Amino acid sequence: MCLLKQLLAMAALVPSLAFAQAPIKVGITNDLSGPFAALGAEARDGFNLAIKQLGGKLGGKPAEFLQTDMGGNPDQARQLVNRYIQRDKIDFFTGPIGSNVALAVGPVLFAAKIPYLSNNPGPSQFAGAQCNDYWFGVSYQNDAFHEAAGKVAADRGFKNMVIMAPDYPAGKDALNGFKRGYKSTVGQEVYTKLGQIDYAAELAQLRDAKPEAVYIFLPGGMGINFIKQFVSAGLNKSIKLVGPGFSADEDVIRAVGDPMLGMFNTAQWAHDLDNAQNKMFVEAFRKEYKDRMPSVYAAQAYDVIMAIDAAVKATNGNVADRAAVLTALKKADFASVRGPFTYGVNNFPIQPYYVRLIEKNAAGQITNKLVGKVFDSYQDVYVGECKK
Amino acid sequence: MSSTLIAEQLLNGLQFGLMLFLIAAGLTLVFGILDILNVAHGSLYMAGAYVAAQTMQVTQSFVAAVVVAAVVTGLVGLVLELVLIRRLVIRDHLAQVLGTFAVILIANDVVKMIWGPAPMMMSMPPALSGPVQLLPDLMYPAYRLLIIAVGLAAALGLYLFVTRTKAGVLVRAGASNRQMATLMGVRVPLLFLGVFVLGAMLAALAGALLGPVTAIQTGMGEQILILVLVCIVIGGIGSMRGAFVGALLVGFVDTAGRAFLPSLLKIFFLPAVASSVGPTLAALSIYILMAVVLVFRPSGLFPARG
Amino acid sequence: MRPTLFNAKIFSALGLVLLLAFPLLAPALNLDFYVSFVRRVLIFALAATSLNFILGYGGMVALGHAAFFGAGAYVVAMLSVQGVSQALIAWPAAMLAAGALAFVIGVISLRTRGVYFIMITLAFAQMVFYLFISLRQYGGEDGINLAGPTLIPGFNLADDRTFYYVVLCVVLVCVWWLNRLIQARFGQALQGIRENESRMEALGYPVFRIKLLAFVIAGAMAGLAGALLASHNQFVSPSLMHWTASANLIIMVIVGGIGLRYGGLVGAAVMLWLEEVLRLYTDYWHLPLGVLLLAIVLFAPRGLAGMFNQGGTR
Repeated sequence: MCLLKQLLAMAALVPSLAFAQAPIKVGITNDLSGPFAALGAEARDGFNLAIKQLGGKLGGKPAEFLQTDMGGNPDQARQLVNRYIQRDKIDFFTGPIGSNVALAVGPVLFAAKIPYLSNNPGPSQFAGAQCNDYWFGVSYQNDAFHEAAGKVAADRGFKNMVIMAPDYPAGKDALNGFKRGYKSTVGQEVYTKLGQIDYAAELAQLRDAKPEAVYIFLPGGMGINFIKQFVSAGLNKSIKLVGPGFSADEDVIRAVGDPMLGMFNTAQWAHDLDNAQNKMFVEAFRKEYKDRMPSVYAAQAYDVIMAIDAAVKATNGNVADRAAVLTALKKADFASVRGPFTYGVNNFPIQPYYVRLIEKNAAGQITNKLVGKVFDSYQDVYVGECKK
Repeated sequence: MSSTLIAEQLLNGLQFGLMLFLIAAGLTLVFGILDILNVAHGSLYMAGAYVAAQTMQVTQSFVAAVVVAAVVTGLVGLVLELVLIRRLVIRDHLAQVLGTFAVILIANDVVKMIWGPAPMMMSMPPALSGPVQLLPDLMYPAYRLLIIAVGLAAALGLYLFVTRTKAGVLVRAGASNRQMATLMGVRVPLLFLGVFVLGAMLAALAGALLGPVTAIQTGMGEQILILVLVCIVIGGIGSMRGAFVGALLVGFVDTAGRAFLPSLLKIFFLPAVASSVGPTLAALSIYILMAVVLVFRPSGLFPARG
Repeated sequence: MRPTLFNAKIFSALGLVLLLAFPLLAPALNLDFYVSFVRRVLIFALAATSLNFILGYGGMVALGHAAFFGAGAYVVAMLSVQGVSQALIAWPAAMLAAGALAFVIGVISLRTRGVYFIMITLAFAQMVFYLFISLRQYGGEDGINLAGPTLIPGFNLADDRTFYYVVLCVVLVCVWWLNRLIQARFGQALQGIRENESRMEALGYPVFRIKLLAFVIAGAMAGLAGALLASHNQFVSPSLMHWTASANLIIMVIVGGIGLRYGGLVGAAVMLWLEEVLRLYTDYWHLPLGVLLLAIVLFAPRGLAGMFNQGGTR
């Protein structure tokens, strides 16, 4: 019995001895089923490419990446995050595509002092009143793409615009963001049903209103439906189509094809952005994934892993020292595929935004082409509400 | 609001209604004859869309896409009927709903395994990809006119089939009194198989036809199934006439709701209220319609069985 | 007959002991996380049991039960945002609200029969879903976080274990009460209505009122489960009311054992555990769930509890 007690005591010590060599754990909740399955798959490809390039390590130290599907469901994501925190004891978190999931799991992670690096959502709540040191909106703030698009529309002199989004808070935020960038009054604001399939009624209204351009925020399948029907109605000949980058990226192009030609869209990244890291990333992505062009979701996911890698390197693998990790992350001292950027007080990026046009490239493929810069260094409008 | 706009919106309502009818027809046919509520009908629709898209990508021929989609989905329907549906036919409605719901779960993953999670592309046949001039200032998408044409043709075809052909008479006999029909020499199991395959092919036709104007992705079946269920409930489950009327009603109410409700509300209420309440009401409109119909006619407008 | 009863009693007693002891044993077995997991199972078990009451015993196939579940959850969240975090106010309020919603929906829906009833309950659930999505001030599609943990004077619900026992207590009381109700005249009448409605009507029973009352009770109980989930998750979102959530509840009841006393409990435990586990091994986890559901429907229509309960206690 005495020997047994000794052995048990030693066994109890082992975890703390092994502490220095315990792998650094990154918890990732994927969207591989549910409303964002297509985007989640892109993000996962971005994650995996980065993980492969780093040899499965972070900052040179052994790392473990836990990836599980939560199907875009906030309730299930919450369960998963609880497990990651309590059972797996993760050190970093990323993964969700939807803002609703980010808002659901954020507070739990912040309370557990686990840095959450966002590979997509940038909810205004986390930019303003609920800002938190453990949040890093690595990708963008949700309103940014819309404001940039508004400015693009204003710069190009599109008059009598019709703007359209689904009838839910993100949709309303999107159109408000657009109006801020556009500055003049829009012709008409139209709200559609979430998950709507047929847009004939809205297209008829559009034809009747005769705007010079229409701005749409219709994520996922909704955008695909609308664009196909818009072109089929012949409206693309007289009305310009403008959208945020995530409604016009590679995944949508692959699903829609020709009808998307001529669409303007805004994003903080384009695959033909001219910097060394991006060139390397795009080439590596195409090699790994059968000549497929990466979308903004893959690029953002890739950046997140690289950001974590840089932070771990800076703290020399001592991720238990959260303060040091936060300081390292805040520096954003890694080679991002969109070029260098800094964080605002609310941990959202201050960075340039570009306008892209969908056209055929030299090889005859339909893809986005970078055609201009909209903002040199844009900061979100909610930062003032963040009192830290 | 110009009269051209109103005319266009009426056409839109008709088109949306006929779109829904194409899917509702198969579902209500199967329910009327086999007495089974097959919620996997949406998955057959999805299969049709995917196969059509794949065929279109390979052959660039729209006609081929539609035909191959119908044939392949018909075969899938055949297998499904032999393996599962005939076992569910004798069970209660709850078992039928759950059994076919299980098929939805399986089908979504199988489709994802074959084609991946990203939406599929199906391009529109070039000949129909632009608008057509119907009135001096009414340009209407040619493709939607095709949908209207096919929808009306299908309605007429099914009507003639059920009332005029010998097979149709057998189908009605099998529905009204299975035992009697069997005693009179009708091979009821074969009949049911035929009806189910026909239903599957109708769903596939709808899927192939709607492929160029909708997003082809997993879960597309369930999205439209909810609307279709509302149609057949309003019309009366099991009744082809009911499916037609129900689908058109839903098509018109939904389109009118989206097109005119926000403007209508602006007349009576503040713009701020109108723009926030309007879209919500429009989204709820078809469900409210269904609830109202069921309050006065608990079995729908044209119940198939008394 | 005797051996079957014997088995059922032993199993339920064993189950009860395990549930009571689990949080105490968990730390030793390094299963701390699973205390909150089992708590979640208990909450869904309550919701499934409430559905089983009207589905299994009442024969009412309600495909919109998640609406009451979600409504209860939202009431707690809304009260929390307005500053009310007392469980003894919030949870009964949730039950009241969900029960009221069930009354309104029931009064209209129960006029219909069979597959129409299924559809109209689904339609109402969709209406509630879209309504909550459009509620800007309560988060809409994003949902809302609660302002803080729910409070009961004398108990610290922020502690995993304490909350577990509170939930266990509530769930056991409710399940026990429902079972008593089933044995009582009301429950017997309800089952009679399921068997043959016209006969019951001919015998003079107020059929509509009985069904409506059962529907309201089930709705209120689902609302309570929703309230518990809101406190458990500290978060609510409209996805709780999506029609797939209703479908999941029905699946739990079927898999567990429709019309059987512990069908809801068994079903919730099995389905939630499977969802948890399958996800770890494959991205295509809907497929095995579909296969299981199909197998149950075809080969074990009385559910898993039914397999251990050949002919026994209903």
